[in-house]
Amino acid sequence: MKRAPQSDQPGIRARYRIGRGDFALDADLDVPGQGVTAIFGPSGCGKTTLLRAIAGLENCRDGELRVGADTWQDQKYCLAPHRRPIGYVFQEASLFPHLTVRGNLDYASKRRRDKARRIAFDDVVDLLGIGDLLTRRPANLSGGERQRVAIARALLSAPHLLLMDEPLAALDRDAKAAILPFLERLHDELAIPMLYVSHDADEVARLADHLVLMAGGRITASGPTAELLTRLDLPLARGDHAEALVNATIAVHDADDQLTEARFSGGSLWVPLNALPVGQPVRLRILARDVSLTLTPQTGTSILNHFPVTITELAKQSPSQLLARLDADGTPLLARLTRRSARLLALAPGSRVHAQVKSVALLA
Amino acid sequence: MPLSDNDLEALWVTLRLAGLTTLVLLLLGTPLAWWLSRTRCRVKPLIEAAVALPLVLPPTVLGFYLLVMLSPQGPVGHWVQALGGPTLVFSFTGLVVGSVIYSLPFVVQPLQGAFAAIGQRPVEVAATLGAGPLDRFVTVVLPLARHGFVTAAVLGFAHTVGEFGVVLMIGGNIPGETQVLSIAIYDHVEALAYTQAHWLAGGLLVLSFGMLLAVYGANRRFAVTRP
Repeated sequence: MKRAPQSDQPGIRARYRIGRGDFALDADLDVPGQGVTAIFGPSGCGKTTLLRAIAGLENCRDGELRVGADTWQDQKYCLAPHRRPIGYVFQEASLFPHLTVRGNLDYASKRRRDKARRIAFDDVVDLLGIGDLLTRRPANLSGGERQRVAIARALLSAPHLLLMDEPLAALDRDAKAAILPFLERLHDELAIPMLYVSHDADEVARLADHLVLMAGGRITASGPTAELLTRLDLPLARGDHAEALVNATIAVHDADDQLTEARFSGGSLWVPLNALPVGQPVRLRILARDVSLTLTPQTGTSILNHFPVTITELAKQSPSQLLARLDADGTPLLARLTRRSARLLALAPGSRVHAQVKSVALLA
Repeated sequence: MPLSDNDLEALWVTLRLAGLTTLVLLLLGTPLAWWLSRTRCRVKPLIEAAVALPLVLPPTVLGFYLLVMLSPQGPVGHWVQALGGPTLVFSFTGLVVGSVIYSLPFVVQPLQGAFAAIGQRPVEVAATLGAGPLDRFVTVVLPLARHGFVTAAVLGFAHTVGEFGVVLMIGGNIPGETQVLSIAIYDHVEALAYTQAHWLAGGLLVLSFGMLLAVYGANRRFAVTRP
């Protein structure tokens, strides 16, 4: 029997064709084997089906799946779901109602497939802040608590791949806001690759290193998040919340003015003072509507954050408005402007201009 | 002592029959109910209708066909005897076979309902956590379906205790072997021994009511502890 060739790149490759009534999934996924990959798309686009297929929960013969150097599924071979070293977090926490929180966690760690790998119980409990809940029953937990326990349970099965199916979608705003920092900590502290299905652009901007866009059962784009968010041909850049991500490092704290300077490839950005250590990498978000362009650097302005950029692309966003893709020495940004401004300033791809940023949000 | 030795014997036969029948039904009914709750197979309605048949058929009809099938000349009885098996008519073994068929829906239907109510999700969760098929069934399905098992066991037991027509057709009325309580009551009434009939009938009434009370009480408690 011919074994599938081992790829040098330890990434995740999945190819699935699933037809079911009037829905068809035809997806070819090839993403890095580390960090968080968000699978983003409207509901019904097949992202959950793809994730379930990767977990082995969808009954499908026409599929291939390689995780790192291991083949989990091909035309002749299919690893049963309970033999795949995955952790799966469902949209509803789906804790076992007949077990306590501790019972749920032990269920996972007792059955972990990679016995050599051990994730310390106390570390996971601390990471997700569920130490006080261990003796409780799932019925007596809030939605946010349940989902944190479900994430801890998935982690304790020592997965090689963590699959999350909209883990925050069933939660209200407050619970969502409370749980996002835990997910960010997961991203920072654990070296487990994660596939994160979502239809919420904010979650994607906060968590994802890599982004996969899906529509109508197909993958429409795949690439680094910062890159895809600013691609003018993709739907993400077309909405009112069009945004860009900036990877920066904390450089200076100014206690007098209560500001912190973060440096990135195109210059520096001032954000409200925070307690992060100097040198810490951070992720900043800049909305397209908060960026304006000037031909010369402004001096008499109240706006602190401005730096030179090159216009790389212009696209029509509405009858009166354009969206400009900017390059700040390697960091792509977006700016929204009127067609009239573009005509008056004679802006075109290749123009060297200055970007003024009215507002920057620190994500993590 | 209001109960004669004969009555006590009938009570003992009845309890043995109901206990054994319930045990056999739980062993056979669990996989059948599990399959019915999961399958999308086209023959599922056929099997479901066949399982439910004893609910609507007069016990004498069922008993008649069982008698024809199980008698030494019948298709089943002939082969069982040819293979060295026991006689199936007018024997305790035959009663168990008949009772298993007669009480089948009372065990399969609550189990099927309980399995269906669990849904696919907890089983999938267990699979993603590394539990194999049998492990999933024992550690997730059984505990979550426990109220279904209690209901199935009690209904199967109680229904077998109350059977009359099937027993009469295939078991006859042999004291100590096939004479069950319901037939003993019939005999007392025929003999106009109303006092003894009262003792047995009243006892059966109280026993049945007590068992049903236990089921509904237990289900209420389960309903409260389940989220």
